Amino acid sequence: MKYVDEYRSEADAKKFVAAIHNITTRPWTLMEICGGQTHTIIKFGIDELLPKEITLVHGPGCPVCVTPLELIDKALEIARQPEVIFTSFGDMLRVPGSNTDLLSVKAAGGDVRMVYSPLDAVKLAQNNPDHEVVFFAVGFETTTPPNAMAVWQAQQLGLTNFSILTSHVLVPPAMEAILGSPHNLVQGFLAAGHVCAVMGYWQYPPLAQKYNVPIVVTGFEPLDLLQGIYMTVKQLEEGRAEVENQYVRAVTFDGNQPAQKLIGQVFEPTDRPWRGIGPIPASGLKLRPEFTAFDAELKFDVTGITAGENPVCIAGEIMQGLKKPHHCPAFGKECTPEHPVGAPMVSSEGACAAYYQYGRAEVRIKE
Amino acid sequence: MCLGVPGKIVEINENSIGMTMGKVNFAGIVKEVCLAYVPEAKVGDYVVVHVGFAISIVDEAEATRVFEYLKQMDELAELDIQQPE
Ligand code: SF4
Repeated sequence: MKYVDEYRSEADAKKFVAAIHNITTRPWTLMEICGGQTHTIIKFGIDELLPKEITLVHGPGCPVCVTPLELIDKALEIARQPEVIFTSFGDMLRVPGSNTDLLSVKAAGGDVRMVYSPLDAVKLAQNNPDHEVVFFAVGFETTTPPNAMAVWQAQQLGLTNFSILTSHVLVPPAMEAILGSPHNLVQGFLAAGHVCAVMGYWQYPPLAQKYNVPIVVTGFEPLDLLQGIYMTVKQLEEGRAEVENQYVRAVTFDGNQPAQKLIGQVFEPTDRPWRGIGPIPASGLKLRPEFTAFDAELKFDVTGITAGENPVCIAGEIMQGLKKPHHCPAFGKECTPEHPVGAPMVSSEGACAAYYQYGRAEVRIKE
Repeated sequence: MCLGVPGKIVEINENSIGMTMGKVNFAGIVKEVCLAYVPEAKVGDYVVVHVGFAISIVDEAEATRVFEYLKQMDELAELDIQQPE
């Protein structure tokens, strides 16, 4: 597959690995933000090829993982209503709420459907005028443009039976929350390539400067990640803290302007709680007042629901780079992909699921 | 959810409310994709597609950058080194 296979060349990967070994003289801790990158790193064993001085910790960039528990409970409550067709990306269906998950609501007779794109949910609303169609609109800056378009399109079509249950979150405020913590271990960031494809990377220079931390926009294939790691380590070794772009084939400094424009028309910044991490100021988006008719939380009056987390789950510490999945006492025992206790065990983008899937439960873990 | 996949645009059209849509080929599988966020895209371009939306056009010239980078490092002899044990 063009633009995929060539970035998986083993010979070229070995060159980067050798170069990283060559320039590394001290211990460094790097964080990849995006769960998709975590997945590639663990799948291809990239962390095991690196010098022992380099530790990769896994960031909060897993939409399923950071969506607040109470929002999942609200989704469950809405999905149970008889007139509702509840639509979602597949990953969200298995995330445990306080008591159950969406798949169980479906098994009990709820009309819960998996869609590939939010526009499919709009189409369902058009075709089912006697039903309320609700789309579970979660995710980072990558899913925001599609969801903004879905709302905008529903408005153009004059649909009154379409709404979204939304908890959009933003990457830069989360990076700042991690860097600003007194316990922070992260010395360099691999910024999430596709978030930057949408948003550009104009938001990062102030962060790099304020916290003296290199930030390298990085792609998703093994060669991308190795080059991103190489560029970050090189900066650290040379005492630089700049913003660089490894993923030049898909990311520009300004990002996707039409997407940023529509996001700004449909959504506005708001404080958001992150599952496992807690509230982060101005770290999310909500519908602008002109679009509140499409807000499922208001439409179904579930604003009062609150929820408490399972105390054994250490997902929050994992997503802030303080611990690794195998440090969790439940990992691979009570908590498995078949019976997830916490959200990072559900999604392919969750660090716990990646460690479990690629057999990092036992011997291969590099301490 | 952030896993964008590159595919080749094979057709561009408009839907009933005037939004630019298209067909994109992902190594043999053709899917309907919204192209409204990449207004300058042409048939034959590669786009990164995410949940049914093209979010970026793959820059053909920049796509070889990583290999040039390796070559440069080679010339600077940064690669000519002790292999990891
Ligand atoms: S292994 Fe399960 S319980 Fe432990 S942190 Fe990961 S998701 Fe939470």
